[in-house]
Amino acid sequence: MPKLNAPSTKTARKNRKVGRRHPLATVALIAIGLGLTGGVYAAVNAAPATASADTTSASQQQITEGQKVFEANCASCHGLNAVGSANGPSLIGVGAAAVDFQVGTGRMPMAASGPQAPQKPVQLNDTQIADLAAYVASLAPGPAIPTGPQISTNGDAAQGAELFRINCAMCHNVAGAGGALTEGKYAPPLAGVTPTHIYEAMITGPQNMPVFNDLNLTPAQKSDIITYLTYIQQNPSPGGYALEDLGPVSEGLFLWIFGLGAIVGLAVWITAKSN
Amino acid sequence: MAKSDSAVEHATDAPDDVRPGDPGTGIVLADAPVNPGFPPHRPRVTDQDPKKNRSAERTVFTLFYISIAGSIWAVASYLAFPIESGNLADVRMSTMYIGIGSAFALLGIGIGAVHWAKALMSDKEGIDIRHPIHGSDETRQTAIEIFEQANEESGFGRRTLIRNTLIGALVAFPLPAVVLFRGLAPQNQDPVVALSHTMWKQGLRLTKDPSGLPIKASDVTLGSVFHVIPDGLYDAPDMLEEKGKAAVLLMRLDPGDLHPSPGRESWAYNGIVAYSKICTHVGCPVALYEQNTHHLLCPCHQSQFDITHEAEVIFGPASRPLPQLPITIDAEGYLVAQSDFHEPVGPSFWERS
Repeated sequence: MPKLNAPSTKTARKNRKVGRRHPLATVALIAIGLGLTGGVYAAVNAAPATASADTTSASQQQITEGQKVFEANCASCHGLNAVGSANGPSLIGVGAAAVDFQVGTGRMPMAASGPQAPQKPVQLNDTQIADLAAYVASLAPGPAIPTGPQISTNGDAAQGAELFRINCAMCHNVAGAGGALTEGKYAPPLAGVTPTHIYEAMITGPQNMPVFNDLNLTPAQKSDIITYLTYIQQNPSPGGYALEDLGPVSEGLFLWIFGLGAIVGLAVWITAKSN
Repeated sequence: MAKSDSAVEHATDAPDDVRPGDPGTGIVLADAPVNPGFPPHRPRVTDQDPKKNRSAERTVFTLFYISIAGSIWAVASYLAFPIESGNLADVRMSTMYIGIGSAFALLGIGIGAVHWAKALMSDKEGIDIRHPIHGSDETRQTAIEIFEQANEESGFGRRTLIRNTLIGALVAFPLPAVVLFRGLAPQNQDPVVALSHTMWKQGLRLTKDPSGLPIKASDVTLGSVFHVIPDGLYDAPDMLEEKGKAAVLLMRLDPGDLHPSPGRESWAYNGIVAYSKICTHVGCPVALYEQNTHHLLCPCHQSQFDITHEAEVIFGPASRPLPQLPITIDAEGYLVAQSDFHEPVGPSFWERS
């Protein structure tokens, strides 16, 4: 530090003709210290951003490869150059995040048309998905694949739970067990979904899910929600077996069948004559 | 009595010891089916085979031993799995092991007792006839005498002022409960007015639930959903009631998808629409918004509302569209209400026209 400070203290000395005991020396030292800390922090923070910028601005080769993957797997519905067709929406501006979510969870390419593209085994390998994402991202600016602190699971689980109950639980169930929508559509269960895919779903709004942009739920709040979902998967229900968290209907059905069944069985046994 | 030709006769007419049918009923069918009596007694294996008898005995006392062990297990579990760390997982272990012990303790007693009765106790069939409900004339006469004597001694029929004030006191006794229940209703205001109006008023900002931060129109991108509460909700004296009425769902659609009726064109702002989140059926929060179909689904009874057509009901038991909150922006670009809802939110009530 003294060596780094040297030039500025020297300037100060020249101008003011006083030593480092000048009252302003402390101020200068603090300013330099803060500047350095901030600079290092910014550099460290910027690192993932530059990295993702690298992947989005990706090599031209990646984009070319991605276009080939697109034409082979996606163009039949989404049209050549991703402008959309009667069978599928335009992908202009959906960004790398939408591709990584849809293809990375196996929802796309779709096996058959239906009310909803279901999650299934992933059809393309990681390189192909990255190439495809690079290609779609090159068409128009869109949300990038989240990295670093965005998908951290070290947020505030309690805060995340409150946000989840307000924004997500009506469709995905308060424990993330999923639920039914209209006409065969459904909100999928969230157990086992990676933080990256959860984040991508919130910013891109896949299929019938609404978009939760960064002005609605800030990146920190999204991280809190991811933390909550991770927390409930790692911490079993204190009340015992949760019956898939489907709520009062499944619990009532269980009691009707097994509770009443046991009572009826006991009643039959008590009144039957012993042989 | 001279009613022997009738199909029924009063139970008291028949001699007590030969009454047919079910004893204890007031009316006895003269042509009731004859009780066939018991089937022949069938001895159990435990009556015939001493080995089986001993085996049943062993089963019973083993069950009682299991019950004792279950009780001890429950006490031991309470000591072995304390709920002291504040960790929720401890509650799970404690209640599970105590529950298992208690279940064995109770089921051991119950199953053992039933098995004892069924396999080892005497199983000779027999009937204990219920005595007739109608008492003998002598008993009835005695009862009347008791009542008359009580009336005479207490003066209940004679001292009419005491009797009437007692009746008055008994009638007045439930009145405080009625007054107390009335106190649960809104005070100093007409409940119909309270149900018909919400916190929303002209210029009141729409804010995010739960943070209470205002929302810029530009924040609401296409396909977004915001869960909205009125600005200043947390300062309202009856916050929960106000939230229950004023909760709003904010969505942004392509303006071309909206089909507003005449006079309601200006209620949306650039395709941003705000609808009451309270279902018009029984008041569940309607918030399952499908971004592609623009349908809102109520999770309680599957009512569906079409946001492109002013939230009209397209399926389910709801009888009215969700009320729309007219919105616009203020000078700083934040979304504000133009007015309160133009109709009461939520389910029907008696006075609702």
